[in-house]
Amino acid sequence: MQLTVSPAVTSRKFFTPRSRRRWGDAMTIILFLLPSMVLYIVFVLVPVIQAAQYSFYKWNGLDALTDYIGLGNYQLMLKDPIFLQAVKNNFLIAILSLVFQLPAAITLALLVNRKLPGRTVFRTIFFLPYVLAPVVVGLIWYYIYNPSNGLIAGLFHQFAPQATPPAFLADPNAVLYALFVAITWEFFGFHLILYLAGLQNIPEDVIEAARVDGANGWQVIRHITLPLLGSTIRLSAFLSILGSLQYFDLVYVMTNGGPVNASQVMALYQYHFGLQEFRLGYGSAVGVMMFVLCFIFGLLYQRLIMRQDLSGNAAL
Amino acid sequence: MTVAVKESIIVEQGRPVERIRRRRDWAMLPAFITCLIVASIVLIPLITVFLGGLRTNGELLNKPFSIPTALHFENYQKVLAPGSPFWGGLTNSVVILIGTLALLLVTASPAAFVLARISFPGREIIFNIFLFGLLFPLTVAVLPLYITIRGLGLLNTAWAVILPQVAFSYPVTILILRNFFRAVPQELEDAATIDGASRLGFLLRVLLPLSRPALAAVSLVATVGSWNSFLLPLLVLNDESTWTLPLAVTQFQQQFTTDWASVLAFVTLAMIPAILIYLLAERQIVSGLTAGAVKG
Repeated sequence: MQLTVSPAVTSRKFFTPRSRRRWGDAMTIILFLLPSMVLYIVFVLVPVIQAAQYSFYKWNGLDALTDYIGLGNYQLMLKDPIFLQAVKNNFLIAILSLVFQLPAAITLALLVNRKLPGRTVFRTIFFLPYVLAPVVVGLIWYYIYNPSNGLIAGLFHQFAPQATPPAFLADPNAVLYALFVAITWEFFGFHLILYLAGLQNIPEDVIEAARVDGANGWQVIRHITLPLLGSTIRLSAFLSILGSLQYFDLVYVMTNGGPVNASQVMALYQYHFGLQEFRLGYGSAVGVMMFVLCFIFGLLYQRLIMRQDLSGNAAL
Repeated sequence: MTVAVKESIIVEQGRPVERIRRRRDWAMLPAFITCLIVASIVLIPLITVFLGGLRTNGELLNKPFSIPTALHFENYQKVLAPGSPFWGGLTNSVVILIGTLALLLVTASPAAFVLARISFPGREIIFNIFLFGLLFPLTVAVLPLYITIRGLGLLNTAWAVILPQVAFSYPVTILILRNFFRAVPQELEDAATIDGASRLGFLLRVLLPLSRPALAAVSLVATVGSWNSFLLPLLVLNDESTWTLPLAVTQFQQQFTTDWASVLAFVTLAMIPAILIYLLAERQIVSGLTAGAVKG
């Protein structure tokens, strides 16, 4: 009998008082894990697998799933100029975020981090847009840009009554930048908070030492603060790009992809063609494509850029 | 005599210190002004939207920045009238929020407890399956999710939003709670066991009360997520009576395209709950949202 017991049973814990509760523990484990496992499997894992499955079918979501077309949906998607436009727009937003939003957030974090009077109030204000619903933010900016009686139109009316107010959201060349302004307004505070947390981890005496050695303010920032902030910058860029590939709410409210798909993005394309036109197979293929793009990007980014941050971090 | 000497010393020492402080204050002026400008870029849209709700549509165009001369409460009255979509949206959003929070905490804390404090074969595998979900935003699986919910006959019910929201919150929630539960010393559990507490008793009477900060962070993250969610409700709530606040406000805007003053009143009222919660629990919300992202 003794010889057949498994190694787990013969482990150190066998002789502790807790071993008497092993049967109870088995029940606890099952009862405690079951509800969340069931919900997680039904509403996360199965849909994710189904998305992959549906993507190989031509399916309207109602009839039987029989019309297997292999990679047909993917071929169709990659040949559709509207989809390619959407991918391009997603990446353009990502690049704009990297070039404008993140440097602005770093700069502000450096300003707020000093013993600035009222800095807690500033921090509260800067983060505020991030907790508002993206839909609400979209409506606010839709109003600001509205050429008939929006905020910008009102400015023109007051100071240049003879000029026609610009209609940024109706201009295919301007619409994406107009969206980007709203996106920046909503998200820069989040990145700012990330940088503030990063700055808090830089020991004061390192900067003090550089000062004593005669470094001026810019030199301290360039050679001490920014390098030590490196892992935060890489993380913030990572989150910003992943977020940029998934925008939906704001674009849906402000332009719905228009004018003529000039502000089309992948998530919106999935919604239009997958659900509104009842092409669920095709829409699922778009979802899978979004996931693959995010996944490949995430993998490459973590392997190539965040490698030094993750090594030594056993938690993940 | 002694008093006078002391005073003079204080004055002597005070001067240079003051001068340095004043110099620092001046050096901060550009930073302060920059922050002031950015703060007004954040606040001006919010304030004009709020004030816009108090104007007539004609005033909106003519003087968008001036303080309204006569306050027109009729826009807010229109939005707050009994039976207006605002109240329906508010009720549905609150129901979904409470359902999401309750179900999430009741199911995620026992799971995190098991994954943190009971060792059994396969534990790390199960934990990693949960972590795997961090890779999938709801957006990429939303169409099959719609089919699943339709198959379960849950379309146009609060469950259609609550269940997927809870399921997609598990990865971050279980990760944060598990890390917190692990940090509680084993001696505490042994002591509770000797005092006759069961696993459940230890979880309910010792671990959860100790974990209030983590529970608060997790709940606030879920609150913000649930209150603001849009894509999932848009797909699964088609009946007007089931719309949440974000759906109600967009539909209201599409219905009253020319009546911007009323739309702005609605937008303002839709923002107020989120702003209130944020101001009340700023520290936990900020740390929870950023920690969730960092962990994710």
